[in-house]
Amino acid sequence: MAKSEVTKTGSMVVKRGLAEMLKGGVIMDVVNADQAKIAEDAGACAVMALERVPADIRRDGGVARMSDPEMIEKIQAVVSIPVMAKARIGHFVEAQVLESLNVDFIDESEVLTPADESHHIDKFAFKPPFVCGATNLGEALRRISEGAALIRSKGEAGTGNIVEAVRHLRSIIGDIRKITKADSAELFEWAKRLQAPLPLVQEIAETGWLQVPLFCAGGIATPSDAALAMQLGAEAVFVGSGIFKSDDPSPRARAIVEATTHFRDAAIIAKVSRNLGAPMTGIGMDNIQERFAERGW
Amino acid sequence: MVGVSSKKAAIKVGVLALQGAFARHQKVFHELSVDAIEVRTPANLEKVDALVMPGGESTTMSQLLESSQLFEPISRRLKEGLPVFGTCAGMILLSRTILDGRADQLSFDAINIDVQRNAYGRQIDSFEADIKIDSLDQPFHAVFIRAPRIVSLGSGVTPLAYCGDDVVLARQENVLVASFHPELADDVRLHELFLKGV
Repeated sequence: MAKSEVTKTGSMVVKRGLAEMLKGGVIMDVVNADQAKIAEDAGACAVMALERVPADIRRDGGVARMSDPEMIEKIQAVVSIPVMAKARIGHFVEAQVLESLNVDFIDESEVLTPADESHHIDKFAFKPPFVCGATNLGEALRRISEGAALIRSKGEAGTGNIVEAVRHLRSIIGDIRKITKADSAELFEWAKRLQAPLPLVQEIAETGWLQVPLFCAGGIATPSDAALAMQLGAEAVFVGSGIFKSDDPSPRARAIVEATTHFRDAAIIAKVSRNLGAPMTGIGMDNIQERFAERGW
Repeated sequence: MVGVSSKKAAIKVGVLALQGAFARHQKVFHELSVDAIEVRTPANLEKVDALVMPGGESTTMSQLLESSQLFEPISRRLKEGLPVFGTCAGMILLSRTILDGRADQLSFDAINIDVQRNAYGRQIDSFEADIKIDSLDQPFHAVFIRAPRIVSLGSGVTPLAYCGDDVVLARQENVLVASFHPELADDVRLHELFLKGV
């Protein structure tokens, strides 16, 4: 039998490939192995291992950093779905550590305290794929040009308030629509305005979509929030504090998974939204001290 | 020629769209001018002449198959001979036995193979390789993402391609499975091969 011998790992194709596999799913923030198990049991397509959920980071203040490797390994040991973990913006050594731990996806995240105020990580230098947050299309394309395999809206993590994620999704997807209609001369202006590489802008004009999948993160607390993000054009959702800061995490997690799959079916969303107990309390944007979304450049 | 194209135009393929890379499969069928609809409910399933089970998380899909009340009707259609193509997680769902699965994980037992989940390692070990497929002249560029491995083939299963020593493409009657992702390859030949059996 003919055998193939040339194999390649760590390529953009396999990095974006994993992002493709997460589509239509829910990635849940977890802070320990017990929560990871609950998340997998509820149908999460991946978990994000972090030390404190964003709501607690917001409450406690101080510097938020990469998680304890021991905690990440314990989570890897109990679940069979992909395990993601966060590194601080620009902190390429934290990313190296996460790579050595064999995490499946690295989130260069504004939820942690930035380590570099002008540079993001050179993501091409790593074998695991990276996901990065963005508030607008320019930011998304800059992250893609640095090697991100997946973009998520930043939203405003830890608030339980979907308003910022909606703003970011509308901005990113709205600009993609406009670029699709622009003529070739206008694309130069778009690249300038977005502070993004021209070839990436031209590619969007041609294909009508980002080079990598676009997910929603930041403020999802209910099944309807998840379906809203999906109907706006997100291809999957991250849920952070929304699950484990609610009264009864397990049924809520399950309901958000079902609502993400059946995001256009209001009857199913209504059915799964019944009797979930109280969602996380949440906070209004006027009452927050610091906007995580403003971190990143 | 007219006969072939009108037959193809009449076929409606369903792509199981509970979670995973279903949109990429739809795109390939679109390139082949074949109608491909998303299957999320039993009503969707009734409309289709063939079904694709995409890559994604098999544990997630297994749960959603139950909550969406799709497991029983798909099982029935498979027994009636519904042509199905399972890639990666889809292959896991169609297999006889899942090793390293969750205890409550469902499979359709539609093809006589035993599969091991994430058998090649974590994402860092995901890889691309050119493989030779029996009925195709040129090699196929296969993308393996946290791929499952077929650890044993029972009677009635025909291996159609290997990567190293592993069978990575196999068929048993109406069931075609691949441990890799033809939908990520910008290559329509495996989808064409599947449609020939529809």
